[in-house]
Amino acid sequence: MRYVDEFRDPELIIKASEEIYRLADPDRHYRIMEVCGGHTHAIYRFGLKDILPSNIELIHGPGCPVCVLPMGRIDDGLTVATNFDVIFAAFGDMMRVPGTQGSPFEHKARGTDVRIVYSPADALQIARKNPEKHVMFFAIGFETTAPSTALTLMRAKSEGITNFSVFCNHVTIVPAIRAILDSPDMRLDAFIGPGHVSTVIGCRPYEWIARSEGKPVVTSGFEPLDLLQSLVMLLRQLRAGEARVENQYKRVVPWEGNRAALKAMAEIFQLRPYFEWRGLGFISQSALRIRDEYAEWDAEQRFPIPGTRVTDPKAAQCGEVLKGVLKPAQCKLFGKECTPEHPIGALMVSTEGSCAAYYNYEHRKAAMVTSISSVA
Amino acid sequence: MRSVLQLRTPQSGNGDQHQFGGLNGKPAVKTVAASVRFRDPQIEMAHGAGGKASRRLIEGLFAPLLFNNTAAPLGDAARVEIDGSAVAMTTDSFVVKPLKFPGGSIGELAVNGTMNDLAVSGARGQAMLVTFVLEEGLPTSVLSDEVHAMAAAAERAGVTIVGGDTKVVERGKADGMYITTTGIGKFMAHVVIDPQSVRPGDKIILSGPIGDHGITILLARGELDLEADLSSDTRCVLPLIETMAEEAAPGIRWMRDPTRGGVATSLNELARDCGLGIVLSEEDIPMRNEVRGACELLGLDALHVANEGQFLAVVAPEYTDAAVNALSQTAGGEDACVIGEVRNEPSCAVLVTTRYGGSRIVDMLVGDPLPRIC
Ligand code: SF4
Repeated sequence: MRYVDEFRDPELIIKASEEIYRLADPDRHYRIMEVCGGHTHAIYRFGLKDILPSNIELIHGPGCPVCVLPMGRIDDGLTVATNFDVIFAAFGDMMRVPGTQGSPFEHKARGTDVRIVYSPADALQIARKNPEKHVMFFAIGFETTAPSTALTLMRAKSEGITNFSVFCNHVTIVPAIRAILDSPDMRLDAFIGPGHVSTVIGCRPYEWIARSEGKPVVTSGFEPLDLLQSLVMLLRQLRAGEARVENQYKRVVPWEGNRAALKAMAEIFQLRPYFEWRGLGFISQSALRIRDEYAEWDAEQRFPIPGTRVTDPKAAQCGEVLKGVLKPAQCKLFGKECTPEHPIGALMVSTEGSCAAYYNYEHRKAAMVTSISSVA
Repeated sequence: MRSVLQLRTPQSGNGDQHQFGGLNGKPAVKTVAASVRFRDPQIEMAHGAGGKASRRLIEGLFAPLLFNNTAAPLGDAARVEIDGSAVAMTTDSFVVKPLKFPGGSIGELAVNGTMNDLAVSGARGQAMLVTFVLEEGLPTSVLSDEVHAMAAAAERAGVTIVGGDTKVVERGKADGMYITTTGIGKFMAHVVIDPQSVRPGDKIILSGPIGDHGITILLARGELDLEADLSSDTRCVLPLIETMAEEAAPGIRWMRDPTRGGVATSLNELARDCGLGIVLSEEDIPMRNEVRGACELLGLDALHVANEGQFLAVVAPEYTDAAVNALSQTAGGEDACVIGEVRNEPSCAVLVTTRYGGSRIVDMLVGDPLPRIC
């Protein structure tokens, strides 16, 4: 398969891994954060830790859109859907995320009309087909998914579809990175920049990280070879004492981003003064709300939103894990009270959540005594 | 898909094993309350998805109250003894949307699925009962098509349909139709399926490419803007298993058809049942490019995707070549190959290794496979 096979070629991967071993100074410990949850997933999915030097520590960042959503927002969305007999439409990732009264799936089993959609346009289609019902799309995600929400809202307005609204939880990646860098307990050497988000915003918005924070950033793809190449590029910069933004994912990410997508976002959304992130607290100018011109399609303006705030269970350390301060297995609940079957935090639900990725792909490997060799 | 004896409590169970009156005429001894430990407050879709929740429901509620634990561990069918002769028995319900999909339909699936459950238990299906639950308003032409499909599938599989039952439910209640088939079969000579007999060093054989059925259904629902030239792999695997058994019967230790929950779930169940580790080689797992592409796009692990015409077998190393050769010389078995082996570690888990030296654990499916977004 084009674009996949060439980035999974064992020979090239082994070469890249050897290059990393050559570049990494054995006397130094490297802390490199992959911001994006998709990268976290790929690192575990492809078992990349097995072929990296042990002094390269990959720290999982806050780029899992489901994980950073505070539980109160989920409660609010489900409360509206249940009280107003609204069809609750959301991505599959959301379906098992626990709210205080249960996940969307649990609400579905109790009678709330919950639908999985693959894009906001699918949710709009449900609204077209069910004119007697109201359909609320529970929007989550970074700049990756925000443009398609924006385009869908434009569509709804131009077609005059009024039984449709969006409960907007879109957030922006750069303020989250800033919050991480500002956090005193966080010492990082470099960043693997998000791949999907950058297809929309480009690479320019990361330049301050290199310039004023002195940390290299390499925007990376999601295949094993992409990630290893990005590490090579980061190590080269670190070795040379440089800090620049580089683009490893050129085949997909334009340096300037996607103008049309940015324009659509600007037309529909404006920045909220502040927004609560799970684990990171309130971050100013870090999330999007729907502009007043589209108030009719804004669920937060159409329905009374309870504005629930929920503190996570005491022992749950989602915030620390989300910030990269703790490793998933260091959370007291990991693998005990909290498993993918009975998740306490969203990090254990989403495929991009570091707890789920670690639990599914890695943690039982840790218990193995013998070394792992390939079967073939 | 899932059927009777997979529904048993784990063999490595503790002292509260119980038995009650079974078909083999043993006296009823009931001390079950203690082992009922299903605590989920309500039934959700995940309980039917063939993964962890299904297993919890079966082991925590059905098995302790309903099943006779004295039966030998089989997997997909029960071993029933009547006056000293053993037969295999299994049942399966089919609920699929849409009723027709590229490569097959619910009627064909219903016959093949039950035949396959018997086949992977080492039995040749002989007779089958069919129950239809029909939705009021279902066009007769749709029903008639499915009955034709069943008749043709039964003839191909060499099984006789001997009776059945029909119920009609109100409009909006049964997605058109549900079909349940119950099969009874005769055990093949020298084939003994027992996860406890699995040993480190045994090889895992897979009959052909994975994921065709699950991805076909996902695409046939038309909810995704994706098209692929794919069709369901639904078929009866009995001919393949019979040829393999002719050449390698004494070496066959375990078989399973990886339906819902996919290869990963079946092998995790095996790992749990035998207490050993299953180590797979990623590059050796046969898969069509279309399936790979769709899985990449949707963020699914093909190892969790359903199959309807493949089976897994654990075969002793000295019989592996004979088994694979027999399969690959049989029509439909050309892609059969060894995908991994049984090791001591990781105990009770499945590990997938890659040629570049990376590895990952693959767990049972939790709930339905859900496409991810980002
Ligand atoms: S293990 Fe569960 S509770 Fe702990 S950080 Fe992960 S998701 Fe949160």
